[in-house]
Amino acid sequence: MSGYFKELFSGTKSLAVGLGITFRYMVKPVVTLQYPHESLQMTPRFRGHIELIPNEETGEPNCVVCGMCQKACPSNCISLAGEKVDGVKGKVLTKYILNFTTCSLCGMCVESCKFNAITFSKEYNLAGPSREAYVFDLKKRLEDKKQ
Amino acid sequence: MSDLARSQNQETFVLNLGPQHPATHGVLRVKLTMDGEYILRAEPVLGYIHRMHEKMGENRTWAQFMPNTGRLDYLGALSYNHGYALVVERAMGITVPERAEYLRVITVELNRIASHLLWFGAFVLDLGGFTPLLYAFDDREKILDLLESVTGSRLTFCYFRFGGLYNDVDDDFITGSRAFIKRLRSRMPDYHNLVTNNIIMIKRLKDVGLISAEMCRKYGATGPVLRGSGVDFDIRKNEPYSVYSEFDFDIPVYHECDSMARYMVRMDEIEQSLRIIEQALDKLPEGPVMAEKVPKIIKAPKGDYYAAVEAARGTFGIRVVSDGTNTPYRLKLRSPTYSNLSLYEEASQGMLLADALALMGSLDLVIPEIDR
Repeated sequence: MSGYFKELFSGTKSLAVGLGITFRYMVKPVVTLQYPHESLQMTPRFRGHIELIPNEETGEPNCVVCGMCQKACPSNCISLAGEKVDGVKGKVLTKYILNFTTCSLCGMCVESCKFNAITFSKEYNLAGPSREAYVFDLKKRLEDKKQ
Repeated sequence: MSDLARSQNQETFVLNLGPQHPATHGVLRVKLTMDGEYILRAEPVLGYIHRMHEKMGENRTWAQFMPNTGRLDYLGALSYNHGYALVVERAMGITVPERAEYLRVITVELNRIASHLLWFGAFVLDLGGFTPLLYAFDDREKILDLLESVTGSRLTFCYFRFGGLYNDVDDDFITGSRAFIKRLRSRMPDYHNLVTNNIIMIKRLKDVGLISAEMCRKYGATGPVLRGSGVDFDIRKNEPYSVYSEFDFDIPVYHECDSMARYMVRMDEIEQSLRIIEQALDKLPEGPVMAEKVPKIIKAPKGDYYAAVEAARGTFGIRVVSDGTNTPYRLKLRSPTYSNLSLYEEASQGMLLADALALMGSLDLVIPEIDR
């Protein structure tokens, strides 16, 4: 019988101690963020979807259409095309399509690029009404950004 | 057991638990044959999230499989990265620079703590306590911020490379890790006061869900489940890989075999991981984080290779067979929770439904890793 009361006492005490902890945290500063109204700055190494890097002088993409990123991608989500233009060494990029629906953000493409042509964007607020909304035309994005 | 035997002739019913059920933490389905509140048979049904990772491995290059390893056990992804990197390095004979080895240990241990914290929150949530989850997530968020600042992602990491790491850490990570160790150490007494010593918790877990060492051996259970059954086995100590042999840490072992023992093993492991990180930060050498002589296109020489690491849930083994081409010939993943779940049918026999769910929580199941 004494064991019963002993346990009753120690049990009630343990609950009171727990309650004390929750009360202590109740008056501590809030750790959450009111997301749509406030948002976080992503760290420099954050891996968002990829984007093209423009040349500092010309503003055209750095890409020379070597296709290494396409080969490195485990999910085949990059497709690109280029053409030969007179007066320019190598190829000129005409199309760079990223199918973001299958991208797993592994970063193999950026690692494989030897021409400083692609980087990770810091975009993480992505929402779209259809599957097609995630097939990104990166060249068009770069041009839109310039304007 | 006489009650059980008698009930065979009486009316029983089948209760379908899952595949969408909060207590199974994923798409696990368990077919329960019940006699009132007691379980006669619990049959796990798998396959709802099978993604043929092994087959995928045979169809892509060695390097391209690395992101897949982060998607097996998404809560402890870095251990899986580590296992795959180890096996390929073993096959290729690549030596990893010392700084990279230390950083691997630091990040893997941080990831282990994050995994255990999430388990801690979710486990108490299974038992009906909501508040500890919020505190655990608060701490876990700090780890994810740290890991995000070096790896670039928060959950499905792809940080290790054959021969080293994707990139080096900065001073912010070092100071941040030290601050985190201090912070978590000050929070652990709160966790113990709030949860471990709580009378409801003790009543729910003590002497409930017994798993004997013999049962663990029979089903190949590893990790905290095995250590909660009194067997002192941890790959980090028994077959040291990477630089684990250079650190002074203990393997927590409890002999009670009940759910409480498995809980205590994980809580103690958090503290031991903090010790490892602290020592690794102190000893962290300067130098490169990538081996110099790593071929651009990996072609592992013909042969059969195996590596095992201690992941947050147990032994993760990976076996690759190479025929000398740029893709693996066969890639076999041995995931810990698959074995840990296998003993559930035997262990849960004759238990109350509520206790069986506590037992399931104490196994720390991650379904994408069972159904890989």
